[in-house]
Amino acid sequence: MIDPIDRQIILATQSGLPLVAEPYRAVAESLGLEPQEVQSRMQRMLDSGRIRRIGAVPNHYALGYTANGMSVWDVPDDAVDALGEQIGKLEFVSHCYRRPRHLPDWPYNLFAMLHGHDRSEVERQAQIVADLLGPANRGHQVLFSKRILKKTGLRLNA
Amino acid sequence: MDDTDRQILNTMQGEFPICDRPFLVMAERLGLGEEELIARIARMRREGILTRFGPLYHADRMGGRFTLAAMSVPTEDFERVANVVNALSEVAHNYEREHALNMWFVIATETPAQTPEVIARIEAETGYPVYPMPKEKEYFVELRLRA
Repeated sequence: MIDPIDRQIILATQSGLPLVAEPYRAVAESLGLEPQEVQSRMQRMLDSGRIRRIGAVPNHYALGYTANGMSVWDVPDDAVDALGEQIGKLEFVSHCYRRPRHLPDWPYNLFAMLHGHDRSEVERQAQIVADLLGPANRGHQVLFSKRILKKTGLRLNA
Repeated sequence: MDDTDRQILNTMQGEFPICDRPFLVMAERLGLGEEELIARIARMRREGILTRFGPLYHADRMGGRFTLAAMSVPTEDFERVANVVNALSEVAHNYEREHALNMWFVIATETPAQTPEVIARIEAETGYPVYPMPKEKEYFVELRLRA
């Protein structure tokens, strides 16, 4: 489980850091902690990967990335890991995972999220993925998003 | 959004330092004043160009779970089901997609054991089967967009 003080820090920062000159001090003061402790605990969470990164999270719609396609691929199980690593390196791929098939309805085991300024750009990206997979691609689809129904991110509840 | 905003977005999607004056460190790197940088970030946050500014936590390294799941929902029942699914605090994202499996959502729970409970609740309340698609392996996760 999460250390109780780390948890307090997560709760205080998961929606964002205070936009002030000394943000970690502001977090510390709101929690009654020493500024140095907040910094060292956050550094530890960053080093261990519990924090992926710290910085700006842009709204991709606001940046003009209005088309996103979830591309899904059926590739042989013994090749999926090596291919997934390669697909993940493509600059337009934001997330790349292996996931379980649900046969017979859903044969796809490799997912790569594609982002473009319009649908045709995403289709070109899917073609690049298809070319890279070559004969290992036994079938694929690109599921375009029609509508965001909800978007909040993980929230710990206090 | 001007060129300075773009430069901020392109250089600040990671690597925000943990130190006493992190905005000052970044501002010097960008050739800006500390106050100006903070004001620009605050403005982009207000305008919705940024959804957030701060740490991005990795749920499963903290014991939590993110599970992608899909459902096939008839058009005439779609809004009702979307409301049921969205009402659960464990549902982090929900997208309508063009496919027979037309509703795709992410279930975020603090412990792995909670995920099947949430799925069972969605199936009971909506009457449709849920296809869980938990990640078995992560090859890459990094949303870095060029502004």
